[in-house]
Amino acid sequence: MDKIKLATIWLGGCSGCHMSFLDLDEWLFDLAAQVDLVFSPIADIKTYPEGVDICLVEGSIANEDNLELVRQARARTKVLISFGDCAVTANVPAMRNPLGSAKPVLERCYLELGDVQTQIPHEPGIVPPLLDRVRPVHELVPVDAYLPGCPPPADRIRTFLEMALRGEPLHLKGREMLKFG
Amino acid sequence: MSVRTLRINGIDVAVESGTSILAAAKQAGITIPTLCHLDGVSDVGACRLCLVEIQGSNKLLPACVTEVAEGMDIQTETPKLQEYRRMTVELLFSEGNHVCAVCVANGNCELQDMAIAVGMDHTRFPYRFPDRDLDVSHPQFGIDHNRCIFCTRCMRVCDEIEGAHVWDVAQRGAAVRMITGLNQPWGEVEACTSCGKCVEACPTGAIFRQGSTVAEMQRDRSTLEFLVTAREKKEWTR
Ligand code: SF4
Ligand code: SF4
Ligand code: SF4
Ligand code: FES
Repeated sequence: MDKIKLATIWLGGCSGCHMSFLDLDEWLFDLAAQVDLVFSPIADIKTYPEGVDICLVEGSIANEDNLELVRQARARTKVLISFGDCAVTANVPAMRNPLGSAKPVLERCYLELGDVQTQIPHEPGIVPPLLDRVRPVHELVPVDAYLPGCPPPADRIRTFLEMALRGEPLHLKGREMLKFG
Repeated sequence: MSVRTLRINGIDVAVESGTSILAAAKQAGITIPTLCHLDGVSDVGACRLCLVEIQGSNKLLPACVTEVAEGMDIQTETPKLQEYRRMTVELLFSEGNHVCAVCVANGNCELQDMAIAVGMDHTRFPYRFPDRDLDVSHPQFGIDHNRCIFCTRCMRVCDEIEGAHVWDVAQRGAAVRMITGLNQPWGEVEACTSCGKCVEACPTGAIFRQGSTVAEMQRDRSTLEFLVTAREKKEWTR
């Protein structure tokens, strides 16, 4: 049987969920024996491939690149998993939302709080434009399962991935497995 | 004293007339989830976590503000109730700005506990991301309106136990907010005795002690319990 194709993507988040994933230490060897990592910020692969079995999505949808990548991942993946609070609730990145839209956020950061040569970055094709609102993943593409936590501790990621690899239903219960923050 | 007999989850219960379904259930050893209920102060039925099903009625009724009646047949854990309870918790999360990762109450929050209890792994309702502020004008305490769920526990404890009535509810619908004094900064409200009862009463990270950082909130609800017992039973030693 072919190995399970696993991908992980990193959108608007601090990469803490990926750090927590790497905290799985030697269990990563066991995982590597069961999966092929076909796309990830920790692997040098340029395009999201077709036919991915499981994808962990870290981060909220904060800019146009995030939106494009998550749409691509959704179209090419069987089981898409919101990985961590930013993906599930939009979390800290969404703390800019009450300001209304991208414009006041950029003005505040780059003009009001800038020291020298204040200007709003504008590099089409290089710097992705911010979306007006930071949104959780499932508000923009359908999501199959949720793994909250900021970040989810390594043990919880392991238990969850083991459930996913066995093809079990991915509904978490209890404080050990299901806690925001 | 007249007695009412009824059934809760198939268990026969006999309680004094006038007892709430919530209290009757407690006597029978059945726990009904609550957020706005606080032992020792009046009930207002604000959060709707305690909804129960009563045979013969197609309405779900809040156990904290519904009195028992003779022959009632009550269910507290049906799939329908569990589904509505989860929806209620999801709505509370999407209504305000709950960022547990940077909240003073992270790990010590009744709303967070409730999310775990009802098995909420995400909310199906779109987040509102309202623009709300924070008041730290009080020398010891602060209120972060982003975390307030309008349970009014602060208001009732300040009014009914401390007797200061600093808190009130202003506006309605999406604009609703807790205010201090006549919508003054909390620090300017002379009626506040700085007793800290509202801090102990708040179920979330909305009212906090200044200087506590993320996940540092510790509540000492036993202070409130002590005061309530003292008042009701005239037992003044701790
Ligand atoms: S009040 Fe509770 S639910 Fe809200 S952000 Fe703080 S810890 Fe999370
Ligand atoms: S500190 Fe005491 S008096 Fe002041 S608002 Fe809170 S409960 Fe009321
Ligand atoms: S401040 Fe706290 S106690 Fe007061 S209504 Fe809001 S959540 Fe309830
Ligand atoms: S506890 Fe009954 S409505 Fe809140």
